[in-house]
Amino acid sequence: MRLAMRPAMKRQQTQKIAVGLITGAAVLVVIPIVLVILYIVVQGIGALSWEFLTAPPRNGMTEGGIMPAILGTLILTLGTAIVCLPLAIGAAIYLAEYASDNRLTRWVRLAIVNLAGIPSIVYGLFGLGAFVLFLQFGTSILAGSLTLGIMTLPVVISTAEEAILSVPQEFRLVSQSLGATRWQTIRHQVLPHAMPGIITGVILGLSRAAGETAPILFTVAAFYVPHLPQSISDQTMALPYHLYVIATQVPGMPLSVQYGTALVLLLLVLSLTVVATVIRTRMRRRRDW
Amino acid sequence: MANLNDFAKARTAQIALRVRPMGVWLRRGRLETLIELLIRLSGVSTIVIVGLIFLFLLREGLPAFLDIPLRQLFGSRWYPIEGFYGIWPLLVGSLVVTAGAIVIAVPLGLTTAVYLGEIAPVWQREILKPLIEVLAGIPSIVLGFLGWVALAPIIQSLGAPTGLTALTGSLILAYMALPTIISISEDALYAVPKEYRDGALAIGATQWQTIWRVVLPAARSGLAMAVMLGIGRAIGETMAVMMVTGNAAFIPDLGLDLPLHPVRTMTATIAAEMGEVAQGSLHYNVLFGIGIVLFVVTFAINLVAGRLVGSVVRRRGGQL
Repeated sequence: MRLAMRPAMKRQQTQKIAVGLITGAAVLVVIPIVLVILYIVVQGIGALSWEFLTAPPRNGMTEGGIMPAILGTLILTLGTAIVCLPLAIGAAIYLAEYASDNRLTRWVRLAIVNLAGIPSIVYGLFGLGAFVLFLQFGTSILAGSLTLGIMTLPVVISTAEEAILSVPQEFRLVSQSLGATRWQTIRHQVLPHAMPGIITGVILGLSRAAGETAPILFTVAAFYVPHLPQSISDQTMALPYHLYVIATQVPGMPLSVQYGTALVLLLLVLSLTVVATVIRTRMRRRRDW
Repeated sequence: MANLNDFAKARTAQIALRVRPMGVWLRRGRLETLIELLIRLSGVSTIVIVGLIFLFLLREGLPAFLDIPLRQLFGSRWYPIEGFYGIWPLLVGSLVVTAGAIVIAVPLGLTTAVYLGEIAPVWQREILKPLIEVLAGIPSIVLGFLGWVALAPIIQSLGAPTGLTALTGSLILAYMALPTIISISEDALYAVPKEYRDGALAIGATQWQTIWRVVLPAARSGLAMAVMLGIGRAIGETMAVMMVTGNAAFIPDLGLDLPLHPVRTMTATIAAEMGEVAQGSLHYNVLFGIGIVLFVVTFAINLVAGRLVGSVVRRRGGQL
């Protein structure tokens, strides 16, 4: 055996060097993450105030607050959920409970993997071509929500499917052997037990959607709207697009406002991620099978 | 299993209470058929949606391939105002930025996965994994913004003529591709049976020899997939790249300082110009044409990655 031929000393040395390098790489990955978040928090915290969060922008957006953008992002996230959830959970139930291993199922899986890989800007193009122009929804909350909702499908489908599959098979067998039908079994046994996992997936998917810019560029986002949206056919401001606009398109924008906006967006998205993680860990702890 | 017994008892009681006359059973049967139909439809709808996306891209983008001679379309001048629609510089731009990102992200990502999977004690793993999830959760616009206000000045102070370069884009993209690469390769390492490691250690291999000669080779198809999907993630990224690469649509000279030139990617071109073009104009069609190129490229990448390890793709699906 070649392994044993090498002098033990040298092998131990290589081992130490390799482990050192690997640890170094991990540190190199982790430190920037911490730095990025700390940097935005430190630079942005000064701009946060009650007015910043609750007032509309004033004076060419250099003063006042970002309330319309926050509200717009919340509306869009809700719209995304309404579009995405029925389809995604339906598809997840199909894959986990109904699909047999045939060609159709393989095509569905292939479609989901590819949906996950399509660049967000291409979703934006699709939204523009299909919803804004072809269906004539115009640049509107409706078109934006549809675009974001479709983009979010693959994340929610795969996490929901995983959650459903993690419910033990015995639950289904017992339920069906007691005379319950397939749907009754799913509705009363499988879904309740899978629910925390499904909710985790949904929140993660929505947090991605809330932070996306490219899909809303041509479908809903407005540079500046003086009033709040009145209906789903209105445009709206949104936090990610607002950050893009004030960072690159408006000269003389105070840096503190830019960092403040970035911080609000980061907090919004990360708090959703944290909620999802907490639900998942609590679920794992409570699981009694 | 005590639980299961309780559960079975409770269910028997509940279901016993639900015995109903035949008519009601039939009606429920029909409702159930409807629900099953809806569930099957939503499954199949995913295929329909992919088809629709491609169809609408073709509908708006095909004229670009028909109206512009291919030689000009793949020519080296992108200057839409004067009618030059050569997408070659944009392809090169995407390629340079993505290649740079992969050169940075793959070694970092794979070694971090090895650290998490093989070396780190449990307490470290419990801190590091959520941190990497947090990185995956940071919106691309926020990273782009940081690149624009904080990273670009640093790059410039290193001697580049401008801070908005391919390198700046590659650095940001690398960190955006890292969570994908790390989580998929960690799954691949996790899938290597523990017996392999035990066997290697038992015949006297060091931990490093075990990793290098046993674990990594056993996980190689999963690792290859992690790299492929990292590439897919990097090619499609838009906002961050648009903010930090300088958006100059010409082909930089090949040379050692290549990464220090401004470039413009396909994604950034669509995002920056679509807002200003007239619907139905040739320029508009060409931007959709670039969308078709992006769609086909990412589709191909995912197809190849899917071939590598069907089961891992199946398990991770949309989380890539």
